[in-house]
Amino acid sequence: MSSIVVDHASRWFRNVVALNDVSMTIGPGVTGLLGPNGAGKSTLIALMSGFLAPSSGSVTLDGEPLWRNEQVYRRLGLVPEREALFDHLTGRQFVVACAELHGLADAGAAAQRAIATIEMSEAQDRSISTYSKGMRQRIKMASALVHDPAVLLLDEPFNGMDPRQRLHLMELLRTMGAEGRTVLFSSHILEEVEQVARHIEVVVAGRHAASGDFGAIRRLMTDRPNRFVIRSGADRTLASVLLADSSVRGVRLRPEGGLEVEASDFGRFSEVLPRLAREHAVRLHEVTPTDESLESVFSYLVSS
Amino acid sequence: MSTSSRAPVHPTVVRLGVRSVFGRWRGVLLFALPVVLLALAVLVRVLVGQDRLAAQSTLYGLGLVVITPLVALLATSGLLAPEIDDGSIAYLLATPVPRWQIVTSKLVVALGCVVAFAAVPMLVAGLVLRSDDPTLALGFGLGALAGGAAYCAVFAWLSVLTRHAIVVGLIYLLIWEGLLGGLLAGIRWLSISRWSAELVDRVGGVFLVDDLPAAYAVVALVVVIVLATWRTGVRLRAFNLTGDE
Repeated sequence: MSSIVVDHASRWFRNVVALNDVSMTIGPGVTGLLGPNGAGKSTLIALMSGFLAPSSGSVTLDGEPLWRNEQVYRRLGLVPEREALFDHLTGRQFVVACAELHGLADAGAAAQRAIATIEMSEAQDRSISTYSKGMRQRIKMASALVHDPAVLLLDEPFNGMDPRQRLHLMELLRTMGAEGRTVLFSSHILEEVEQVARHIEVVVAGRHAASGDFGAIRRLMTDRPNRFVIRSGADRTLASVLLADSSVRGVRLRPEGGLEVEASDFGRFSEVLPRLAREHAVRLHEVTPTDESLESVFSYLVSS
Repeated sequence: MSTSSRAPVHPTVVRLGVRSVFGRWRGVLLFALPVVLLALAVLVRVLVGQDRLAAQSTLYGLGLVVITPLVALLATSGLLAPEIDDGSIAYLLATPVPRWQIVTSKLVVALGCVVAFAAVPMLVAGLVLRSDDPTLALGFGLGALAGGAAYCAVFAWLSVLTRHAIVVGLIYLLIWEGLLGGLLAGIRWLSISRWSAELVDRVGGVFLVDDLPAAYAVVALVVVIVLATWRTGVRLRAFNLTGDE
């Protein structure tokens, strides 16, 4: 059982702060690192994998510093986000080379095991240059798993995978977490994280925005005020009845037509809106959420 | 700990390095450069015969000053720069292999290229040009080997310092070693090609460089090789995967 401890770590690149005073402990099981693009997830993973020094604070694996300590890679596997691989090798040659670099006694057998785990046995003798994005992702996984590490760090591992490969990787991550390994993966897609990790860490604009059980964070995200633009057959009638309901915080008539509604209780609002429209014979032409982007969800989390 | 972690080179890094050099377009150029030298040697021999000055000019002007550093640049930059550029070096670095061993393994591959594509062709070209004077060929062969090794170490260091290692390397060769080296006599104290030329002078019995002690040339070459190799290892140990974001 291994843990990565990030203790008040900050990292800046010249005058740009990429991570600001982040503290978290990543223990056994699967942890999702969630955040919009550019939030600092890759910087955090680089710190946790010893490929970047914190400008202040510390990052350790079981008490050992990760920076300038190549011995930690005996216990740690990394799947980087960048796609570049040794394209002139076949998948098997690449994984065998990784096994040899880890000093494994039977590199060939270890490589075969890792390749079978990620279901790449059929394509293992093809040149990596012919691999699809998803296959590259999987062979990267095999290279990270070949030495059976206690800690596995994956930077955006689902990028470029088709739905079947995605499900398979999710299952693999869940299994590894259940085996007691410390697995951390980053993603900017809420649903991806939801399906694999119970524990999540949210990073927004370089700050540690939230941490904990997925359910609690999901509630925080869905209970925030939601804004919608509604176009209907009778905007004023709909505005008055919506305003009377407790799930709605405010309604504004838009000069160009339609309503702008701010709902404080998304669950209740989504149930009340069609019912009220039906009761008052108002025809709904369009209901569009205006701030559904993940960025707005994250900014809400930061400000809450 | 595996035994390979104590050896000066790691066989897997060497194997990957060899494939990396010859898996790219640079590999073709590596074969082309000695062909140019040998072709010119044959041409000079046919046109001029066994002439000391013509042989010396060909081997020094083309072989030692142009072919040797270019072979070193192509081999070394093909080993480190592309992997650093595209991030695939992470697969070498995310392992317990000591960083210095990665550097020495890569340099062994580069040195192998210098032997195969600069030193041996120089030796052969020397024998073609002056079959009656094998020490001249031997001198130029050794000079190419020593100079090539120093160039490899310097270019490896450049590869971990800048993403534009080839451009910087070419500028260094053209401006420092070429232009300034030809104009300012004092450059000989700080020039790899002049140091290796001094070795040629001693072994081959020719006169290429004025007033440069052979001991100084040898020490300077060794210092550059050791220093640049050591700094490359240090720099690689502090490699940032995220680059200069």
